[in-house]
Amino acid sequence: MQETTIPATNLRQKQPRFQGMTAGHRACLGCGEALGARLVTEAAGPDVMIANATGCLEIFTTSWPESAWRVPWMHSLFENTGAIAAGMEAALKAQKKSTKVLAFGGDGGTFDIGFQALSGMLERGHNVLYVCFDNEAYMNTGIQRSSSTPHAAMTTTSPPGKERMGKRHLKKDMVSIVAAHHIPYAATSSVAWPSDIRKKVRRAMAIDGPTFLQIHVPCPLGWGFDGAKTIEVGRLAVQTGLFPIIEIERGGLTGVLPIRNPRPVEDYLKEQGRFRHLFKKNDLRAQQELAHIQAIADHNIEVYELKGHGSSAFDDEGMTLVQRGGLRRA
Amino acid sequence: MLEALEGSQALARAVALCRPQVISAYPITPQTHIVENISKLVADGKLDCEFVSVESEFSAASVALGAAMAGSRAYTASASQGILLMAEVLYNIAGSRVPLVLTCANRAVSSPLSIWNDQQDSMSVRDAGWIQLYCADNQEAVDTTIQAYRIAERCELPVMVCVDGFTLTHTLEGIDVPEPEQVDGFLPAYQFSRTLTPTNPISMGTLVSPDFYPEARHSHHQALLNAATEIIAADEDWGEVCGRRYGGLLKTMGDPEAKTVILSMGSVLGTLQASLQEYPQQESIKLVQLRCFRPFPRQAIQQACAGAERVIVLERALSPGSGGIVGNEVLAALSEVETRPQLFNCAAGLGGRDIPLDIVPRLLDAASQATPGHFQILDVQLDKLPQEDR
Ligand SMILES: Cc1ncc(C[n+]2csc(CCOP(=O)(O)OP(=O)(O)O)c2C)c(N)n1
Ligand code: SF4
Ligand SMILES: [Mg+2]
Repeated sequence: MQETTIPATNLRQKQPRFQGMTAGHRACLGCGEALGARLVTEAAGPDVMIANATGCLEIFTTSWPESAWRVPWMHSLFENTGAIAAGMEAALKAQKKSTKVLAFGGDGGTFDIGFQALSGMLERGHNVLYVCFDNEAYMNTGIQRSSSTPHAAMTTTSPPGKERMGKRHLKKDMVSIVAAHHIPYAATSSVAWPSDIRKKVRRAMAIDGPTFLQIHVPCPLGWGFDGAKTIEVGRLAVQTGLFPIIEIERGGLTGVLPIRNPRPVEDYLKEQGRFRHLFKKNDLRAQQELAHIQAIADHNIEVYELKGHGSSAFDDEGMTLVQRGGLRRA
Repeated sequence: MLEALEGSQALARAVALCRPQVISAYPITPQTHIVENISKLVADGKLDCEFVSVESEFSAASVALGAAMAGSRAYTASASQGILLMAEVLYNIAGSRVPLVLTCANRAVSSPLSIWNDQQDSMSVRDAGWIQLYCADNQEAVDTTIQAYRIAERCELPVMVCVDGFTLTHTLEGIDVPEPEQVDGFLPAYQFSRTLTPTNPISMGTLVSPDFYPEARHSHHQALLNAATEIIAADEDWGEVCGRRYGGLLKTMGDPEAKTVILSMGSVLGTLQASLQEYPQQESIKLVQLRCFRPFPRQAIQQACAGAERVIVLERALSPGSGGIVGNEVLAALSEVETRPQLFNCAAGLGGRDIPLDIVPRLLDAASQATPGHFQILDVQLDKLPQEDR
């Protein structure tokens, strides 16, 4: 085989070496949100400006006079991130600058308290990529339920007990609600598939208009699992059908990450302390809830056709191989 | 050249002259005409700016903040419920030391619901860390808006220009709208020192530990106190341009030697002057228009009240369970002087209740009957109330 030497500068251009968020921050070991934010900023590059909601990400990346951010970054409040980003974008537009505005919010800051500001931003068509780091609860304040918390999960405000089996309500279908604003691009992704995040961030960056990316970011502390298993847990959420990876363009479903062999929801749930009460021996309610959660997963698999048609190199297992730089099967 | 303009129309023109690049607002009576007029200026191509028509006041203030952080001159306006909905953002803007201008079309706060004028809204956010200027008439509102941008940008602090709802916003007056060149000369293009930009990335709004928090608060407090100089200078320098001056922090009218001082804020000063003309008093009276409420001009008030035997503070809001807000602060300022005048404190014109032309004799009468320091709401008809509330 002929040897080729590639100049180092070329290599660097080909690799996303730029880090918008650096190491040394104070996130918990194995924090999915920290990984997600790093991947997003890496893919987005340096010509960005970030509006960040209150939450874990904001707290663990800053404490005056330190900051983990290498891009212009601003935190204002918990519930106004969509509007702060809109203001930044309006200003850049007025100044005829092309810097892309990113908005970062947790599930609480996005699904709940910042919902209105986000809706306004989407409806008005601001050129902003809004990224929701979905760890399925208010982690920064110590694990309270949000409207993103999955059904039956234990949080400090949805504890299981004699009368309750964890959260009583369903996880809000945020990406559909966002897509209903007729925006060009809304998608979900997971830190378990970094290549998927990169691809979607680049796609959204190229669109002149409001785009939305909801990234599933397992939280070892809040979900009760070992910080070494973040990717594994994230992958199981997708492989069970509980967190479908989808893309919606102008309201139409245009892409899903197919699951080669759907796993039973128990495989995912039993890894996490927040679902411990569902595995109590001889507990009828626990069994009913497990069946209920399986039904939710089955429903997702059906409506999004997650099993796909035929075989795809870009299903959940294929994506893993691609991400590891391994086999590419046609 | 004088033009007959409604207050809101004049304000919209003044804002446009300041060349804001981003404006964001949400309609609320009596502010609505201001944003409607601005929208029209934008639609007619007379004002080149991004007008962001948001879904709430909370977002209006946030959009203005985001825009200012991204390096644009920004503007917003609101009133009453809108100001209260903005409250969290107002603190955030001021704490971040971001220059912005907001017009508050002063209105009462619900409940009970009232769309009419008093100053409970701006008073309720007096501790948010904004500069607060109160205008007596629409010409002053126009000139103060222009001054406000220069003050905000020189001090890196937000400025709230308070204009009485309806009384000013909806009243037609002859207004001298300044020429664009006059404003451009006074208000050059501006670059905020902490603008977010990819070429010099900084982090704003970080968490601050107890190791730095008191210092941040101290510097904010100090910045407001220091702003007094810029407020005076802006009035002086703009006066050079347009020939109109408003006294800087406060304006005194009437007999400088008077033993009785009546101090108030906003459009009621016009009523007080008219009242003095209509009902000439035997004793001479000095009027003090407190133009700047934040920073609170302690020394200027002490000087304005020097030699007075009694000071009557007339205000348009209250702190239920305590009493007058302006009155309490004036009382504290006067407690530092050697021969301390007696202070009488009244609220009037709440929720749009008419302040009648005989307000001066009424005030003097009320003061002569009250014990000093006592606070009362003028003109309350107790027979409308159940026994226990009288
Ligand atoms: C108006 C307001 N209410 C409540 C809070 C307290 N608070 C700060 S962060 C947070 C939860 C954040 O949850 P989420 O958005 O999911 O982000 P996470 O920390 O989980 O990443 C809450 C409740 C606040 N800062 N502001
Ligand atoms: S609590 Fe969860 S989201 Fe917050 S830093 Fe820890 S792992 Fe990350
Ligand atoms: Mg969360």
